[in-house]
Amino acid sequence: MSEPILTLKGIRYSYHSLTGEIPALKDISFQVKNGEFLALVGPSGCGKSTLLNIIAQLMEPEGGTISFQNPDGSIHYPRIGYMLQHDHLFEWRSIYQNVTLGLEIQKKLTPEQKERVNRLLQDYGLYSFRHKRPSELSGGMRQRAALIRTLALDPEILLLDEPFSALDYQTRLTVSADICRIIRKSGKTAILITHDLSEAVSIADRILVLSARPATIKAEIPIHLTLADDSLLAARKAPEFGSYFNQLWEELADEKAAL
Amino acid sequence: MKKQHSESDIPSAPFFRKETPCLTAQEAFLLAHKKHHTSIRLSRALLLAAFLALWEISVSFHWIDGFFFSSPSRIASCFLSMLQDGSLAANLGITLCETVFSFLLVILIGIFCATLLWYSHSASEILEPYLVVLNSLPKSALAPLFIVWLGTGMTTIIVAGISVALFGCIISLYTGFKQVDEEKIKLIYTLGGNKIDVYRKVILPGSIPTILSTMKVNIGLALVGVIIGEFLAARRGLGYLIIYGSQVFQLNLVITSILILCIIAMLLYQCIQWAEHWYRKRL
Repeated sequence: MSEPILTLKGIRYSYHSLTGEIPALKDISFQVKNGEFLALVGPSGCGKSTLLNIIAQLMEPEGGTISFQNPDGSIHYPRIGYMLQHDHLFEWRSIYQNVTLGLEIQKKLTPEQKERVNRLLQDYGLYSFRHKRPSELSGGMRQRAALIRTLALDPEILLLDEPFSALDYQTRLTVSADICRIIRKSGKTAILITHDLSEAVSIADRILVLSARPATIKAEIPIHLTLADDSLLAARKAPEFGSYFNQLWEELADEKAAL
Repeated sequence: MKKQHSESDIPSAPFFRKETPCLTAQEAFLLAHKKHHTSIRLSRALLLAAFLALWEISVSFHWIDGFFFSSPSRIASCFLSMLQDGSLAANLGITLCETVFSFLLVILIGIFCATLLWYSHSASEILEPYLVVLNSLPKSALAPLFIVWLGTGMTTIIVAGISVALFGCIISLYTGFKQVDEEKIKLIYTLGGNKIDVYRKVILPGSIPTILSTMKVNIGLALVGVIIGEFLAARRGLGYLIIYGSQVFQLNLVITSILILCIIAMLLYQCIQWAEHWYRKRL
């Protein structure tokens, strides 16, 4: 857990339009440790998603470098799994066809991989729903199917771009706790973007607060919660929860005032 | 609130039932729904019957001239004689064949061109004004050109059919392709796909409803183009029969042909409707 897997140095990015340049990210540097759960919070529109897109190599930064140190010493860029805000399960595919979409695209649909997907479906309670259409599943189940679609490619780093924000509050509490438990159990490194401060505190090992645009890293808050039990909402009942929440709230309130 | 008794609790339940038909709200709703539909269907049939009866009576009482306006009975006998001498099957077959052929070509070329436009943003920007012009041009103006270039025959007619429907088809398919959710496209990239994967896994399967609705419009347009073509450049087909009939003042033939056209237009549209149903069911 101590060695870094990803190091970002001086990442810079601007959007360009005919009316001018809009700087989105300014000198972002941080490290992600192997197996860590990192949360990014910041005022809306501050460039959090841009940062994830850059880490996922969907966009090229205008300046700065990303380096990686794979724990096994290999030299490939870490395999990235990306979970979007909506599950985007395709209605014209069954759940099974949806979760194997990535494998199908990468032409890795081998019997061993199919076996692995079936195991994931069984582990996360979707095996009996594998021939159903996405519309026949509840919001929480759909989000779990989206997670399996991401995990099917065996990513080394998971990027989560507000993956629970489309769910209603009740579902959101259970689904976010549920999905984070799955990710922790798999021992994967994860970076979560969220607007929900209590979600960030209850899930993450460390929270990075981004400033308003152009975004820089404003604060870094390591989270240590004393959990009474292993129930889904245990983290939210931890004694330190409130003070972390207030600390985050004040950091962000400063940013809003600065706007 | 009082406790509701079930029917079996009331000794006089059967008797009570006889007096007033006791329906649940759902049953009442279904019954009303069924009644409404039956009355709509009945009204449609009555409207047609009334029109035909009025037509027949007007002709037989010489309110209108049967020579110019024909009548249901003349149309029926014309239809029967066309059926017997085989001219109906031959002409109908030709028109249907040309329509289906130009329709299929429109859809294939349309999907192909829309794909190219979607794939190359520059191409779509460059070609946009030309597509708009070609789409709004009255295609019947082109028909004389087609005759000079291609002669009179099936090719000209199929080209006329294609020309009427193609540009609108390309534009609506391209618009449909463009409306696919950006996030769904991003998903494919996050799963390691490229632009071809985006097309195969999202754009094409996601656009099937658009393709089906475009087909519904274009089957009618292809028929319009084919009839225009037949007016000008055919020796067979329903369009030819209409022009020929009007030239020799056989208006029974003209009106019969028009009615047959109505029926095949409806049937062709219905075929696409079935395809759509089948697709929805499969989903």
